[in-house]
Amino acid sequence: MSTAAHAHHKEPFLTKYLFSQDHKMISRQFLITGIFMAFVGMIMSMLFRLQLAWPGEGFAVLNFFLGDKWAPEGVLDPNMYLALVTIHGTIMVFFLLTAGLSGTFANLLIPLQIGARDMASGFINMLSYWFFFLSSVIMMSSLFVESGPASAGWTIYPPLSALPQAISGSGAGMTLWLVSMALFIVSSLLGGLNYIVTIVNLRTKGMKMTRLPLSVWALFVTAILGVLSFPVLLSAALLLIFDRSFGTSFYLADIFIAGEALDHTGGSPLLFQHLFWFLGHPEVYIILLPALGITSEVISTNARKPIFGYRAMVGSILAIGFLSFIVWGHHMYVTGMNPFVGAVFTFTTLLIAIPSAVKAFNYITTLWRGNIRFTPAMMFSIGMVSTFITGGVTGIILADAALDINLHDTYFVVAHFHIVMGLSAVLAMFAGVYHWFPKLFGRMMNKKLGYIHFWLTFISAYGVFFPQHFQGLAGVPRRYYSYTEFPIFSDFADLSVLITMFALLGGVAQAIFAFNFIYSIYRGQRSIQNPWGSNTLEWTTPVEHIHGNWPGPLPVVHRWAYDYSKPGKDQDFVPQTVPLEEGEIDGEGH
Amino acid sequence: MSGEASKVIDQTTLWEGGRSPFSVSYGKMMMWFFLISDALSFGGLLASLGFMKLKYADVWPSSELIFTHLPGTHGHFPLIYVALMTFILIVSSVTMVLAVEAGHRMDRKGVTLWLALTVVGGLFFVGSQAWEWMTYIAGPDGDISTWADNATLSGHYYGEGFSADNPVPGVPQYAQFFFFVTGFHGTHVFSGVVINFIILLNVLKGKYEKVGHYEMVEKVGLYWHFVDLVWVFVFTFYYLI
Repeated sequence: MSTAAHAHHKEPFLTKYLFSQDHKMISRQFLITGIFMAFVGMIMSMLFRLQLAWPGEGFAVLNFFLGDKWAPEGVLDPNMYLALVTIHGTIMVFFLLTAGLSGTFANLLIPLQIGARDMASGFINMLSYWFFFLSSVIMMSSLFVESGPASAGWTIYPPLSALPQAISGSGAGMTLWLVSMALFIVSSLLGGLNYIVTIVNLRTKGMKMTRLPLSVWALFVTAILGVLSFPVLLSAALLLIFDRSFGTSFYLADIFIAGEALDHTGGSPLLFQHLFWFLGHPEVYIILLPALGITSEVISTNARKPIFGYRAMVGSILAIGFLSFIVWGHHMYVTGMNPFVGAVFTFTTLLIAIPSAVKAFNYITTLWRGNIRFTPAMMFSIGMVSTFITGGVTGIILADAALDINLHDTYFVVAHFHIVMGLSAVLAMFAGVYHWFPKLFGRMMNKKLGYIHFWLTFISAYGVFFPQHFQGLAGVPRRYYSYTEFPIFSDFADLSVLITMFALLGGVAQAIFAFNFIYSIYRGQRSIQNPWGSNTLEWTTPVEHIHGNWPGPLPVVHRWAYDYSKPGKDQDFVPQTVPLEEGEIDGEGH
Repeated sequence: MSGEASKVIDQTTLWEGGRSPFSVSYGKMMMWFFLISDALSFGGLLASLGFMKLKYADVWPSSELIFTHLPGTHGHFPLIYVALMTFILIVSSVTMVLAVEAGHRMDRKGVTLWLALTVVGGLFFVGSQAWEWMTYIAGPDGDISTWADNATLSGHYYGEGFSADNPVPGVPQYAQFFFFVTGFHGTHVFSGVVINFIILLNVLKGKYEKVGHYEMVEKVGLYWHFVDLVWVFVFTFYYLI
């Protein structure tokens, strides 16, 4: 994309690529940083899967990555195992699926789809990225401290995380983890404020809230959830920092280490869990809602049909957003919670199944008798609907306090949240990348490699997580370094090997994606302006990124975003900028 | 990938046609959402305080037996000084309102006067908090050099007449929450004072006359009111209840 570029003045490298205030560039920065972090997190998961499949065996690759200290003779050190699990979770939940997903698509889609020239504040937007970048750098640097990175699990429950002498990962690694997360929260707050204000204030003429594409609706509610829930994590983290470093005991009750009583008395580790999960549960939907928004766009565009039940979709986004704040107790059923409170949380948790089912059924009914184009993005979106249902069903099982007592902290939980939250969001993010790659980089991604990538990812992901349900039902606990010590679990040795095989296959599939991604940025087929025949405003901008998005005046919106295959039209899509004909009804229900 | 610019676009071209549903600028709305977010940070802390108070309902110290000092005296004046601090902080909210109102009238002198008084009110509050912390650390005898023997720091308190040998047992979380919550709020007040002062300098330089409006004063005013409002909750939940 350089032919017309000479018309513009030359921008210095520093402000164009690094300290850019242009939302399209910031979106790419988030995407590329997110993908890098994801690869680090994924490689970690492959390393600890080796230990889980062949406990205690030496692997040259472990020694290569972790060195003699953490993998002597290639055998993974138990402390490092815990660290890998912790950082894998942290990176995937926060760095890839919160900042990577929202940061990329909110920055790209919000201004382009609502018809704005940029975000409300380009400067704050830039700060949001750079706080995220700094946070990523600190998280990465924590991998190299002598006592090892944080090892208390991504939920960092005290007392393990609060006492530097507890395990080696609770030392400097944990401190860096907390510093990194504090910066991450700042980044998320700045980004979220910008997204909300841009959507409320900067919509173009005619872009009523009821005409917003569902992707923007989802990103809007996501930003609100982030602004409401992350500050509570900030309070929780500050109290934890004080417990660690300044001798308070907010979370620490009477504790003995090696027979010696510590100075801490009277605190409560449960307090941390309440504060953490008040963030932690909305966080699940901070991850999932953008994924659902992307899926709505991709499915409707590629099924060449209006999204089924637009208003129901908006309503279910809002309902999920609201309900996500009153279900945090379902993470704490086994903490000695009053059974009545447990029943209340069971009830509110089960309620979430209703709006989720509305969404799942609306996707299926949108696909029903559609004129489906199986582009790679569409494949990933349909895959996402599949995992959303599979993982959602096990969620209903776990929501029940009585059943959860059996399944808590087993591989059943691991399988559940990896499928419904991790996998669904990752598949949707891939769908988004394939779908909006022409908008991001002006070129198309290779389709054949896309299909190979999809099938390998989809099959290996189910191959990894489906068997884990059976392990979990049999009681295999999560986070254990090695469970071969217990004879009853030795039946699962072969299954563990199979899971690890699939995990390695999934890793190879992502290498294909990485190649396709980088190759297509430079050598991909050039994109036309509207490659998918889509209605939304981002496809009315020139392929070449220009400052201010539209060369002329801003587009005016006359209709909703889903007029696909409308009867009586020449084309099977009608962009939002086309005025309504006389007597033509706007929106759903024609 | 050449050909894209990354300068800030000025707001008049950014606008073009759409309508702001709440008729406020993006900056003011951003401040509102920031305050909602910050309110939840305080909400998390106050909820934690409530959690601890319930856990130790029978031994949680009563604040009126601990904060009994006035500067310069050693009489028994339960919560009198903190009530004065609260009053001054609320009055500084009033002066802030007057500054914003003067800004609407483009009255530079008025803004200067009222904003300066707000800064003074804020400084009084932060200074009082420093005094209160020091007095609490020093303990009932008021002697900072013997602070290490001071049982009030562990949440215990002495009955009337300062019977220092026989403190009523409490829990250390009382003092920990005191320093954390008032410290967190004090940080907000302090940053508010600094921000107000910077804006005051801008007013003196005539910056907002040039821009044509005093919206910046309004934005920092929102923050200042928020800080005051939060104090009312801290005061209620920490000192009174």
